Amino acid sequence: MIKNITCIICPKGCSLTAEINEGIVCVNGNTCERGKQYATDECLNPTRTVTSMVRVSNKCNCMVSVKTVKPIPKGKIFETMELIRGAEVCAPVSIGDVILEDVFGTQVIATKNIDR
Amino acid sequence: MIKHDLVIVGGGPAGMAAAVAAYDSGVKDVVIIDRDASLGGILQQCIHNGFGLHKLGEELTGPEYASVYEKKVRERNITIYNDMMVTCLTADKIVTAQGSSGILKIQAKAVILAMGCRERSRGALNICGTRPAGIYSAGTAQKLMNCEGYSVGKKVVILGSGDIGLIMARRMTLEGAKVEAVCEIMPYSGGLTRNIVQCLEDYNIPLYLSHTVAEIHGQKRLEGVTIAQVDENRRIIENTKRFIACDTLLLSVGLIPENELTKEAGIPIDNITNGAIVDENRQTLVPGIFACGNVLQVHDLVDYVSDEAELAGNGAAQYILNGGCKGDSVCTEAGNGVRYVLPQRVNTGTGKDVSLFLRVTKPYGKVRFTVKSSENVLAKAVRIKAAPGEMEKITIKADLLNNITEPITVELEEV
Amino acid sequence: MVYDFIIAGAGVIGGMLARELSRYNISVCILEKENDVSMGASKANSGIVHGGFDPHPGTLKAKMNVEGVDLLYQAAEDLHVPYKKNGSLVVAFSETEAEHLQMLYDRGIENKVEGMSIVSGDEARKIEPNLSEKVVSALVVPSAGIICPYELTIAAVGNAMDNGAELKRNFEISEIIKEDDIFVINSSAKEQVKGRFFINCAGAFSDKIAELAGDGFFKIIPRAGEYLLLDKSEGIRVSHTIFQVPNENGKGILVSPTVDNNLLTGPTAAKVDTPDDKNITQKGIDTVIEYAKKSVPSVDFRQVITSFTGVRSSETTGDFIIKASEKVQGLIHVAAIDSPGLSSCVSIAKYVTGIIKENCNIELELKKDWNGSRENPHAFRNMSDEEKSEYIKLHPEYGKIVCRCEKVSEGEIRDAIRRNPIALDIDGVKRRTRSGMGRCQGGFCMPNVMKILAEENGAELQAVTKKGNGSEQLTGRL
Repeated sequence: MIKNITCIICPKGCSLTAEINEGIVCVNGNTCERGKQYATDECLNPTRTVTSMVRVSNKCNCMVSVKTVKPIPKGKIFETMELIRGAEVCAPVSIGDVILEDVFGTQVIATKNIDR
Repeated sequence: MIKHDLVIVGGGPAGMAAAVAAYDSGVKDVVIIDRDASLGGILQQCIHNGFGLHKLGEELTGPEYASVYEKKVRERNITIYNDMMVTCLTADKIVTAQGSSGILKIQAKAVILAMGCRERSRGALNICGTRPAGIYSAGTAQKLMNCEGYSVGKKVVILGSGDIGLIMARRMTLEGAKVEAVCEIMPYSGGLTRNIVQCLEDYNIPLYLSHTVAEIHGQKRLEGVTIAQVDENRRIIENTKRFIACDTLLLSVGLIPENELTKEAGIPIDNITNGAIVDENRQTLVPGIFACGNVLQVHDLVDYVSDEAELAGNGAAQYILNGGCKGDSVCTEAGNGVRYVLPQRVNTGTGKDVSLFLRVTKPYGKVRFTVKSSENVLAKAVRIKAAPGEMEKITIKADLLNNITEPITVELEEV
Repeated sequence: MVYDFIIAGAGVIGGMLARELSRYNISVCILEKENDVSMGASKANSGIVHGGFDPHPGTLKAKMNVEGVDLLYQAAEDLHVPYKKNGSLVVAFSETEAEHLQMLYDRGIENKVEGMSIVSGDEARKIEPNLSEKVVSALVVPSAGIICPYELTIAAVGNAMDNGAELKRNFEISEIIKEDDIFVINSSAKEQVKGRFFINCAGAFSDKIAELAGDGFFKIIPRAGEYLLLDKSEGIRVSHTIFQVPNENGKGILVSPTVDNNLLTGPTAAKVDTPDDKNITQKGIDTVIEYAKKSVPSVDFRQVITSFTGVRSSETTGDFIIKASEKVQGLIHVAAIDSPGLSSCVSIAKYVTGIIKENCNIELELKKDWNGSRENPHAFRNMSDEEKSEYIKLHPEYGKIVCRCEKVSEGEIRDAIRRNPIALDIDGVKRRTRSGMGRCQGGFCMPNVMKILAEENGAELQAVTKKGNGSEQLTGRL
C-alpha cells in the first residue's frame, strides 16, 4: 500500500510517499531523516501533541493553558481532551507544573504562569 | 518630556527580541511600551504548539515561547511599561503614550516599531446579508476561548484558510463544536501545510478551495451562511450557492500590519507588504526608526519574527552608538514569480551577509530563485516547492555586495 | 401610573419630542421595541443636515427643514453632539442636469434657503479638487452640514431622561386599547403602560402603530438604503457633502465626510417588503461604488470598513404626516419622516408641541429646573495631552485604552454604560463611544468591552449581547 503524507515536522511541508510492506515502511520524497521517521510513524503509530486549557479552581473565571509533554496516540486525542476537561489546578501555577501524571504514557503540563 | 536611548513600541515576540538584541549590543537604556498587562502579545492566546523549532530547537506553545523571551528581557535591566498605548510618534522620535498613570512623552534616540498586525474584518470583505452576533475574526474567537475560557459557538463555518482560522478549526472541534466547512476564495490555501494536515485533515473538516461566503443570514444570532464557488476572477458562481446552517462564522482572511503610527510619523510604506520600507538592518526611511515583526511584514513563523527583531535591535543599537550605516545602498525588486522582497533597500560594502526574505505569487513546484544585480548573479537557491503561505529566505554573501550599484532583483524559474 | 404622554419609538423624532416635552411639568414615557434607542432609520442614514432646497415649496417638509436647520445646530451645541457645517455641493454631469440645478436653486430661494450659488465645473473642482472632471456645474449650499445621527438621538433621549422622561426598552407594542380616555398599551412580552395622550413616532412601523391605535389611514413603503463606510484614510477625499442631481429614488448616492472623519458613500434606494429587511446586497454594493466613483473617481473602495442598510419610512404623498388623529382623540401621528427628517427633528418637536397645545386638554407648564444641556460625553477625547494627563491622575480608568483604532478609554466606556440612556449591549457601547467603530471593527476591543459591560451590569460574560436578547456572543464556558 502506498500512502501520500505531507510532512509536518518542519514548515517545508515535504510531500512524502510511504510504501508499507508487511510492517516495513519505505519513504520517498523526504529531505531529512526526521521526515523519514515521521512518515514511518504516521504509517505505523501516528501521534499528536494535544494542547488545551484547565480550570484554575481557586481563581474566578481563570484557566491555564496546558499541553501533553510528548505526543499521544492520534486515536486518543478526544479521550485526552476529556481527561484534561476533568482536571483542575490551584494557582499559583508555573510553566512546566504537572497537571495530569499519566495520560497515555506522558504527562499534561501547564504552559503558562498564573499568579495566585 | 523624559529621555531614553531606545523606545520599543510593542512587547510581543518582535519587541522582546529586539530589546534583548539592542541591550546585548551595548544600549542599556531600553524601554518597551506595551498595550497589554503582560508581555508576549498575541502569543499569549496561541496555546497550540509549534513555536520555536528553528530558533530554540524545541517545539513550544505560544505562552512558553513568550516566556523564554520575557525571561531574557527580565534578566536585563530593560524598562517595561505595561498597560500603556503609544498614541503618537513623530519623525523626530518623540513617542507619546497613554496609560492609567497619565500621558508619557519620551524623546528617544532611536525607536523600534513592533506593533504587530490586526485581522481583516467582515466590513472590509463586503459580504452580503445581515449583521447578527456570532461573526468573529478568528483571533478574537481565539482570545475569547483561550484567554477568557468561553466557547463562542457550536456549529461553525470558517472563511479563509489563514493559519489562525485553521488552528481555531481544530481548537473548536476539540472543545466539542462542529466545524462544517472552511472556505478559501483562492484556489490554494494561505495557511501552513502542517496546519492543513493537523487541523483539518486529522478531523475530516472539509476545505473548499475557490469558495467564499456569499451571504450571511440571521437577525439576532447567526443562523447560517450561503457559500458559493467563485470563478477565476473571484466572482460568485450563482448556481453553486448552497446554505449551511451554523451559529458561528470565523473570519481568517488576512492580517494587516498595524501601521497607523508609522504613517502618522510620515514613514514611507511598501504597498505590497503594507509595512515600512526598510534596509537590511530594518531601518525605515526615517533614520533612527526601525521596524520588525508583523508590523513590517506578516510572518508565518514566530521564529523568523525573533530573527528579524534581532536585526532591528542590533541596527538600532549601532545607530545609537555610532550613527549606523552611512554608505551607498541599492533597492531590491521582485521579479518573475516573486510578490515582494524584504528588505526593500540593501546597504552595499558593509562586509556583512544579507538575507532576503520573499514570498512567491502562487504555489509552485520545484523552482530556482536567482538573485541578480544587473548581470551579476549574487545568489541562487533551489526549492522543492514554494507557496505564498511560506516565506523564503535567500542569503547574499558579503563579498558579492561590495561593488553593486544596480537594483537587486529576485526572480524564480520553474525547474 | 398613567403617564401624560406616551411616545412610541425612541428614534431621533421620538427622542427630540421627548426632550421638548421634558421642558414641561408633565410625565412622559418613551416605548422602544429594541434594546437601545436609535435602532431604526435614526442609526442608519446619511447624517446630513440639508440646506432645504430640495422639498417642494409649501410642503411640511420644506417648512420643517428650513426652520429646523438652525434649531438643530443649536440642539447639537447644547447636547454636545458632533456636527460640522461643511456645506454641500450638488453636482451636474450634463446640460440637462445643470438645468435641474437651476430649478433646485429657484426652489431653494422660494424655501428661503440662504447663501446658495451655482458654480462652473472648474470652480467646483477648485472647492473640491477630487471631483470628477465630468462635473459641468454645481449648486453650492453653505448652510448644509453633517451630524452624527445616532449620537443626536442618544443625546436627545438622554437629555429627556435627565429631565424626568422615562424610557422602556424591549417594549414591542402589540395592542392599544382606549379605556375611558386612557390609552392602555400592551406589549408582546405582556407588559402594560397607560397614558392620556399617545404620540406615534414609530418610524418605519408607524403605519402598524396607527392601525393598532384605530387610525390606520396611511401606509409606509419601506425603502432600503445601503451604505459603505470607509476608513479615515479616505475621509480626506472631500470636505463638502457631494450630492448628485436627485431623481425619482431620492437624493441619489452621496459622497461625504462624517463628523468622525470617515468617508460615507450611499445610499441606494430599493423597495423592501418589511422594515426589518436590512440586508446588504451585491447589487447595492455595486451601485454605491459605481455612483460614488462617478462623483469622486479617486475613492479607494478597498478601504471600506463596514457596510450597513437603513430603511426609510416613506409614504405615497411624499410629505411628512404630522397631525392629530381625526378619528382617535388624544392620538397624534408623527409619521412618514424620511429625508429631511433628521434636519427637521427639532422643528418637528416644536411643531408637535404646538399641535398638543391646540388639541390636547392639558396644561403645559414650564419646569423651573429644566436643563437642556447634556454633559459632553467626548470631553476627554477633545482634551489636550496635558489636560488628559491631569484628568487621568484623578480618573485612572481614562488612561487605559480599550479600543485601539478609535483610542477609546475604559473610562469613556464605563461612562457610556452609566449615563442616560445607559448602554446595555456591545453595539450600544459602540454607538456611544466609537469603541469598535474603527478599522478593526471590534476585533481587539470586543472581549474587553464585553467584560466591562458584564462588570457594570453585574452579569456573567455569557449574558452580554451584541444588540439585545437573542444576540448573545458566547455559547457557554469551556
